Amino acid sequence: MTRPSTGTATATRAEYCVIACAETWRGDGEIVASPMGTVPSIAARVAKLTFSPDLLLTDGEALLIGDVPAVGAASAVTEGWLPYRKHLTMVMGGKRHVMMGASQLDRFGNQNISCIGDWTRPTRQLLGVRGAPVNTLNNPVSYWIPRHSTRVFVEKVDMISGVGYDSAAAAGPSATRFHDLRRVVSDLGVLDFGAPGHAMRLVSLHPGVTLDQIREATGFALSVPDVGVPYTREPTAEELRLIRDVVDPRGLRDREVRHP
Amino acid sequence: MTPDEIVGRLHSGMTLGIGGWGSRRKPMALVRALLRSDVTDLTVVSYGGPDIGLLAAAGRIRKLVAAFTTLDSIPLEPHFRAARERGSFELVELDEAMFMQGLTAGAQRLPFLPIRAGLGSDVLRVNPNLRTVTSPYEDGEELVAVPALRMDAALVHLNRADRFGNGQYLGPDPYFDDLFCEASETAYVSCERIVDSAELTAHAAPQTMLVSRHTVTGVTETPGGAHFTSCVPDYGRDEPFQKAYATAAADPDAWDAFRTRFLTEPGTEQDYRLAVRAWHKEQR
Repeated sequence: MTRPSTGTATATRAEYCVIACAETWRGDGEIVASPMGTVPSIAARVAKLTFSPDLLLTDGEALLIGDVPAVGAASAVTEGWLPYRKHLTMVMGGKRHVMMGASQLDRFGNQNISCIGDWTRPTRQLLGVRGAPVNTLNNPVSYWIPRHSTRVFVEKVDMISGVGYDSAAAAGPSATRFHDLRRVVSDLGVLDFGAPGHAMRLVSLHPGVTLDQIREATGFALSVPDVGVPYTREPTAEELRLIRDVVDPRGLRDREVRHP
Repeated sequence: MTPDEIVGRLHSGMTLGIGGWGSRRKPMALVRALLRSDVTDLTVVSYGGPDIGLLAAAGRIRKLVAAFTTLDSIPLEPHFRAARERGSFELVELDEAMFMQGLTAGAQRLPFLPIRAGLGSDVLRVNPNLRTVTSPYEDGEELVAVPALRMDAALVHLNRADRFGNGQYLGPDPYFDDLFCEASETAYVSCERIVDSAELTAHAAPQTMLVSRHTVTGVTETPGGAHFTSCVPDYGRDEPFQKAYATAAADPDAWDAFRTRFLTEPGTEQDYRLAVRAWHKEQR
């Protein structure tokens, strides 16, 4: 099913999410954008096609791609080679901004993708820590949460895979030296770690979402700016065209985020 | 050598490295041969995929060293997950880059290599054996000292090899197979085709020569030997079969049937390939 190109038609929730994720790579310059998940993958491509043209993208495997194909489509141009061993080296070199998922995320940005329950015998084994420890200590990290809920936004994570601000500070200068958590984008809004002590703070709500709604879906007290919370910005007509006609013509974004 | 002859050189209690990554270019024919043997009580070192799932389901793992275990297109390996939730084996959970650093230290005969990764994470909390090291230079940085990953034997699968053990990858990613061989006392290469040495670089650049014979103990030709993981460009992942594997793994009766048909009954790797071919025919 192809969505008609309407240009000025109201953006869907998934499209606000794409724009909010794309914004995390604004001003990043010539670094690898590593999106995990469908909406971040669309977003990195939109960022590259608009305000961050110098971003490097991968095919999700071992190649740096020199074109910007639709999500799920094959790339026609290879501009570099980035097998896992070189990718890990690039992470440690810092020229990368990754947007990871999280099974749990706490107010200081500690993230868990490893397991739920006691690590020695988990009630639910998940992915394992994967590259979350090396990512969070070496290059900018953002998070994408397609379903904002108290199950994800918890007071304390069960296994720290991605390192939060309090944990990095406790581990000392080598841990904080390159530690940089940028943003958390969910289906309800955008957050950062700008509250005192690097606690999570609400940056914007997606249009249609209320403050009560996001507070209820968050398992800790969310810091909210005194001056009031803005809405996530509107996508431009050009950005909507790129999302709908060029980068995600098959509407894969709607499978990750339903329109309310 | 045959896969069974290679496994005949392994013994229970060994530390065994398995190459590839997730559900990509895993030495599955050698893993299947392991399942036909009675080798058990293994310490396995792997960027885990269905190799870990199959060995865990058969109760062969005493201790696993890994950063993840995944089927890639199916994020969670069902047997690994079940084994962890049962508490079936000891786990050393490392970050992906810590793992690479451990292999590199193993290959270079160093006791450890420093890395920033791991600091502040629970990787250190759940594994108190991991220590830090302080830089002797002005920066005075405190970093994680990843202990060397040394193995008794490594198993890797490559696209081509000669009979001396010079191995070649033809896909886009070498993964870490050379490091696995270099960090191991013995190493065994299975490959899609054994060819004359001269043929290896007749149509491919010399930098595709990943594994060198001085690090290899034995070679076996196993066409389809990475099945059902990918072995690009010879073949991609067998997604329908992997899905059938994962579905069966979630149900004890279904797993029993799957195991009998594809793992227990086939006496050889050739029998396995016939069983898979027959299965695909049924699916049409």
